Amino acid sequence: MNDVAEKAPPFAFLHGQAVIEKPEDLYIPPDALEIILETFEGPLDLLLYLIKRHKLDILELPILSITQQYVAYVELMTELRLELAGEYLVMAALLAQIKSRMLLPVHEELEEEEDPRAELVRRLQEYEQYKLAAENLDQLPRLERDILVARALVDESEVPVAETPEIALKELMLAFADVMARAKTFEHHQITTESLSTRERMSQILHYLSENDGQCPFTKLFKVEEGRSGVVVTFIAMLELIKEQLINCLQVTPSSQIYLSLQLQE
Amino acid sequence: MCVMRRVSDEQLIELIEAAIFVSETPLSKKRLRETVLKEVAASGVRVDEAIRSISEHYQTRGVQLVEVGSGYRFQACKRLTPWLSHLWQEKAPKYSRATLETLALIAYRQPITRGEIEQVRGVSVSSNIMKSLQEREWIKVVGFKEVPGKPALYATTNQFLDYFSLSGLNMLPELPEQHEVKIDQMLSDPSVRESSE
Repeated sequence: MNDVAEKAPPFAFLHGQAVIEKPEDLYIPPDALEIILETFEGPLDLLLYLIKRHKLDILELPILSITQQYVAYVELMTELRLELAGEYLVMAALLAQIKSRMLLPVHEELEEEEDPRAELVRRLQEYEQYKLAAENLDQLPRLERDILVARALVDESEVPVAETPEIALKELMLAFADVMARAKTFEHHQITTESLSTRERMSQILHYLSENDGQCPFTKLFKVEEGRSGVVVTFIAMLELIKEQLINCLQVTPSSQIYLSLQLQE
Repeated sequence: MCVMRRVSDEQLIELIEAAIFVSETPLSKKRLRETVLKEVAASGVRVDEAIRSISEHYQTRGVQLVEVGSGYRFQACKRLTPWLSHLWQEKAPKYSRATLETLALIAYRQPITRGEIEQVRGVSVSSNIMKSLQEREWIKVVGFKEVPGKPALYATTNQFLDYFSLSGLNMLPELPEQHEVKIDQMLSDPSVRESSE
């Protein structure tokens, strides 16, 4: 056993005695360390690793030695220029803080005071819990790796295939053009009514007035059945006629009936 | 009302067996009833009985009927996978520890926010992990927590259950225990306290 240990570096004996004596020295070949460091999932993971490596119970976390080791790792990480996440430094600060609190004398009367390690131990345990849960999850049989789904095909000749034709962009364009054409017709329709009426309505009004002794009440000229646009058109026609001085607008007293009359030819 | 067709038990078994085989996704009893059995007079008890009978029939065969998150599917017996996998060139994807830990937290602690995941893991969760888990449709946003910032709450999906061949979340391996009692003991026992070195 001894002569083997002399020939080979101690770190090679994972299951030998030589390794068990070594951990205190934090001896890990730099190459191996680099690989290890890259596989850590964060400061909690690194702490757990350190605790495990020293076969320590999380619950008996020896803060001083763990802090020393942790800081040594963080320094090595910097030296190796690994991307050092701020989380690692936060943890180093937390460890230092816990250590300093533990150095303070304990007041026996202050029973309520919590062990400064408690919070960290809780977090470590919680993290370990989910780290194990993740490992269990990885062990679960899963599709692609362990499970192959068995499927059968349907005999195509027997199945009434519901054809969903491919729609080419061209067809989509044609369909759209169709809609546009219809919309255009609709638009035209509206425009015709409007342009047609003002002039036409002006003559209608003049005609109506001349047939009714040259005058009639304002409201009489509106046909509500024509709707809003009809009413508007009639009104514009009236204004147009007044402007052209073809008709007169009369009101005897405020808020009484308004009358329209043909302009008397002079 | 359409006329419900009467079928014998054997016919019902055939129909359900074929339906599960040809369905692209696992077939639930509900979907079975809404599609294949729409015009078939078959009580829930008879459907259950048919499924049980199919499952029994395949006990001694190379494929098996299993129930996963979104329904029933047939799959090759697990012990055959090493041989069967030679049919495919590419290896099954491996998932990083970060991905698995994130997924485990969502699975066991759902609904959970990203911040809560980060709290437990002690590191920030990369957006890529959350994105790829959502793209695989293993997790989805189920709501927003009523705290400042209204962070999204994540939960696992039926597709997650399907992938890991689980019929429900209760089939997840039990969460490793925390030793709460031991922590309290440690805190009350002054002898465990470290001496000031």
